[in-house]
Amino acid sequence: MSNTPNNLKYVKSHEWLRVESDGTVTVGITDHAQHALGDVVFVEAPEVGRDCKAGEACAVVESVKAASDIYSPISGTVIAANGDLTGAPELLNQAPYEGGWIFKLKPSNAADVGKLLDAKAYEEVLKSEA
Amino acid sequence: MPFIPHTQDDIREMLDVIGASSVEALFDEIPAGLRAKPLSGIPDALSEMAIGQLMQARAVQDGRVINFIGAGAYEHHIPAAVWAIVTRGEFYSAYTPYQAEASQGTLQLLYQYQTMMASLTGMDVSNASLYDGASALGEACLMAVRAHRKSKSLRILIPSTVSPIYSKVAHAVVGHQRLSLESVPLSLSKDCGTLNVSALDAYKGQDITALVIQQPNFFGQLEDVDALTDWAHANGTMVIAVVNPISLALLKPPGQWGAKGVDIVVGEGQPLGVPLSGGGPYFGFITARMEYVRQMPGRIIGRTVDLEGKQGFTLTLQAREQHIRRSKATSNICTNQGLLVTAATIYMSLLGAEGLEDVAATSCARLDELIAAVTKVPGVQLKFAAPRFHEAVLVFNRPVSQVLDALAKQGIAGGFDLTPYYPELGNALLVCATESRTTADIEKYAKAIA
Repeated sequence: MSNTPNNLKYVKSHEWLRVESDGTVTVGITDHAQHALGDVVFVEAPEVGRDCKAGEACAVVESVKAASDIYSPISGTVIAANGDLTGAPELLNQAPYEGGWIFKLKPSNAADVGKLLDAKAYEEVLKSEA
Repeated sequence: MPFIPHTQDDIREMLDVIGASSVEALFDEIPAGLRAKPLSGIPDALSEMAIGQLMQARAVQDGRVINFIGAGAYEHHIPAAVWAIVTRGEFYSAYTPYQAEASQGTLQLLYQYQTMMASLTGMDVSNASLYDGASALGEACLMAVRAHRKSKSLRILIPSTVSPIYSKVAHAVVGHQRLSLESVPLSLSKDCGTLNVSALDAYKGQDITALVIQQPNFFGQLEDVDALTDWAHANGTMVIAVVNPISLALLKPPGQWGAKGVDIVVGEGQPLGVPLSGGGPYFGFITARMEYVRQMPGRIIGRTVDLEGKQGFTLTLQAREQHIRRSKATSNICTNQGLLVTAATIYMSLLGAEGLEDVAATSCARLDELIAAVTKVPGVQLKFAAPRFHEAVLVFNRPVSQVLDALAKQGIAGGFDLTPYYPELGNALLVCATESRTTADIEKYAKAIA
């Protein structure tokens, strides 16, 4: 049973997105995803300044048994990457929605967020995949 | 763990447990159209005895030459103990390790090899080996492109003083991957067969991903590695060093070149206890700065502790490799040259730092002896007087092929003909002497070309 906070948006590829008060967005992977990956050992975050399209692979999360591409939920420009993950990649497993965030974007188009899944829709995705 | 083949009874028992009727039945899911058919034009297999007789006859045809050829493969004396140990069943029959729990002996040796190569090259980390020095250069170019996040040009500079054979192989390896390998032409100043830093002026300020520096270079000459390394780093360019492991017993390791040391080191490990064997198998080594370890190709062995706190060895950072990363893997290599690496590790252990220094110093001394003897012969000149390791370029007043024929008649392999690769040098021959060559060999050489 994984945890799916109601205040976030989601995509089918198991990333979550949070809209911040200044209009930027924060992106990470869901509890379901971190559990499937196993112990995370390394995160390759995107370069600040890089432009990402919706659905484009822009980060990589490596666990002991797998390496997974992380896809940008919406189009935008990377404005920050989570430096804490360099020394403590396990944050992704321990706190996937808080300390384990991966990168922040300045959205190309704020309205794109509306096209994403809400918590309930994402849980339906998980049920159908189970 | 040695490889012990299964008996028919073993096979029958395993098939019964999994419920398969035969070994062939296990391949049923491969469509008939994709299965290999018998190859036409291939002769029947020979018995061990027949093959032995055939190879002995061929060996007689090859003859036994006194070898003065270097150019990337070097004849050094291999102590008998090396192959006596390497041919132990546990080393000789084991495949490259995939299952750490069953390969602790192999992994321990590979970990020791990695430690020795990192130390010898002055770098932070080594992998468990690649196929050979030439393909290792190709891998290093790809690694530099991946590791250099700020450079977008994918341009790699390869001076013409780098082995033309290595350069050709690097082109073949990276050919379809959008990299551009650019040759820096020879601008030979008097006496000097090395790359002048001013030859790089043409590239200053341009986005160049990496510069390759071979030390000693293909002509056996010593490059100004500090100046070249600093030029590259000041230009935002990574440095790939190509080195001879025996020479590192005497020369400054690439980890100490320039102000910061190089980024990636590769080379051919054959001189370390591996026989010439008509060109292979050899092994390539690659070492690098720790910050680039995740971009390294090939197997990497790690040391860790188990649940009881006991030391153990593992295959580590496997998410780089293709069985996990698939098409985004750092390389398609998923093996190493285990047997040759075993020989090299034992060779280095037996010789130690002092022994390696002896081999290197004696080789240089023998080359000096050879040069002194041949330059007494009229019509023979030393092309480059600048400092060198154990190879040099001689120039003749007649075609090199004639010189080599005269030497061959005396049972001497005289050197590597440079004319096809560097016509601008004239009738040029690359000669090498190692500790394996005696004063008598050298006198015979000088006599044969008089």
